[in-house]
Amino acid sequence: MSADLKVNKAADNAAKTERLRAGFIQRDLIGFAVIVIVAALGYVLFPDNLALLTRILAIALLVLSLDLVTGYCGVATLGQAALYGSGAYAAGILSAHYGVTDPLVMTLGGILAGAVAGLLCSIVMLRAHGLPQLVLSIALVYLFHEFANKASSWTGGSDGLSGITLDPLFGIFEFDLFGHTAYFFGVALLLLTFILLRALVRSPFGMLCRGIKEDPVRVRALGASPHRALVKMYVISGAVAGAGGALSAVSTQVVALDSLSFTQSAEALVMLVLGGTGSLFGGLLGTVIFMLFEDFVSAANPFHWLTMVGALLIAVVLFAPKGLYGTMESAYARIRKRHDGEARE
Amino acid sequence: MSAVFEVLNLKKAFGGLVVTNDVSLSMQPGDRVALIGPNGAGKTTFVNLVTGALRPSSGEVQLGNETITKTSPAGRVQRGLVRSFQVTRLFQDMTPAEHVGLAVLQRTGKSGRLAGNFLTRADVMQEVIELLEKLGLASLAHRKVREIAYGQQRLLELAIALALKPRVLLLDEPAAGVPQSDTGRIEEALADLPPDLAVLMIEHDMDLVFRFARRVVVLAAGTVIFDGLPSDVTKDARVREAYLGSYANASHHA
Repeated sequence: MSADLKVNKAADNAAKTERLRAGFIQRDLIGFAVIVIVAALGYVLFPDNLALLTRILAIALLVLSLDLVTGYCGVATLGQAALYGSGAYAAGILSAHYGVTDPLVMTLGGILAGAVAGLLCSIVMLRAHGLPQLVLSIALVYLFHEFANKASSWTGGSDGLSGITLDPLFGIFEFDLFGHTAYFFGVALLLLTFILLRALVRSPFGMLCRGIKEDPVRVRALGASPHRALVKMYVISGAVAGAGGALSAVSTQVVALDSLSFTQSAEALVMLVLGGTGSLFGGLLGTVIFMLFEDFVSAANPFHWLTMVGALLIAVVLFAPKGLYGTMESAYARIRKRHDGEARE
Repeated sequence: MSAVFEVLNLKKAFGGLVVTNDVSLSMQPGDRVALIGPNGAGKTTFVNLVTGALRPSSGEVQLGNETITKTSPAGRVQRGLVRSFQVTRLFQDMTPAEHVGLAVLQRTGKSGRLAGNFLTRADVMQEVIELLEKLGLASLAHRKVREIAYGQQRLLELAIALALKPRVLLLDEPAAGVPQSDTGRIEEALADLPPDLAVLMIEHDMDLVFRFARRVVVLAAGTVIFDGLPSDVTKDARVREAYLGSYANASHHA
């Protein structure tokens, strides 16, 4: 090979690399923009319902955290709310019992507690696979729930944790009764998490986790330990879920036992499947649609709303098994392929 | 030269059934050894014992100067004992570049990095593209594995193994399932393996064994019944009795 050709090839590779990088950044920016636009629309269209929108943001963080372990790593869990609730209680307890009223410190506390809960859960859950793993996750969320119920001097037990007070955000923005500050805080938290997770899922570690989901034996043959990687992902997932829990504690200024419940875990899984596993956009879309649908239908028909939620789910699983986002994505890919074909002819 | 890979009196029994009985094998850098044997001879069990998927009942496995009998499968790979699979085990939604890139990062201890995409890192990608080029896969670098032909997937298995820079390479039927038209490319790749690498190939196809191996080990009923030159293997009475008979006769008549 001549030197010229080699230089050409190197330049060619560099160009290809540059194109790839540009593609990634473009998709990040689109995702960022979509979140900002939807958040702004929500603020303009439902100014009286910011509490619901903020709750959607908190649950979105829970669903994203679930996507990390279930969608990207293939770990089956119906106990993700254990991490979310740990974050919520940690943030709440910091304020109600220790007088830490800075919302940022409280959020940080929630993130840390979520990460620790993630570590604990992973140590137990990763001993099993498949169905036994699922059962362990359910057992864990019940244990967390029961612990919070019994430790009522800290958590308020079944009455819920109240007495959470907050300083203004950055010392400037009061947490008002209408929830403006909480909403903007939540949007900022979600945007930050989204960008960090986008980087995470395409990092070498993210790639390794995708590999573990598909074939752990292959990953071991690469010389990597699937177990260690999964524990690490669980800690990260716990931090994200903890951030969601902390947001819920900060925005509502109460923490209820059901934030640690099996029901909450199962609902998060339903939202993830609805939107599509294994993509951050899918998790976000599923959360927004499920929670808006739930809110709308339960107001329109308080007696039969659960029936309608059930019908929606069956429809999605039967007609869009990859979830709403996954199905949209493959439809788009098909259209583009056909378009390319026509252009070539 | 001292042995880079040594198996000493390896034994494995499932309950009362002894499937690997007192197997010993020693390999030097640069060796090209073929491990053959009839179905049920214990070849798969042997591979699983050596790679750490199974624990031996007794005996030792040594890599370089280190005993790795109790090392985890991943730990053995990190120390330079790498295998390929009889049926390709690749990630269907990932590209060859991602597979090889992950292997390069794993080797250099960077596969746990939480940020930065190696597809955009020149130092990693240069090595990736070089390896893929060597195996004729460069044009497919960014295609998903599910879209590429099986023969090319076999070559990718080799590329991944080489990216880990092994000292000892276990090839489990590297040409299995590949259409006749594509085996030439794989044989070229096998002939092109680094000269100081010790290669142990488990293979059924005797033509390939005779072209590739400079030494043949025959396993039958869990024990080694022959260890020597390929030219002697068909003359050995025990081997003929155990397994090769029909083949040896056929080639003599021809």
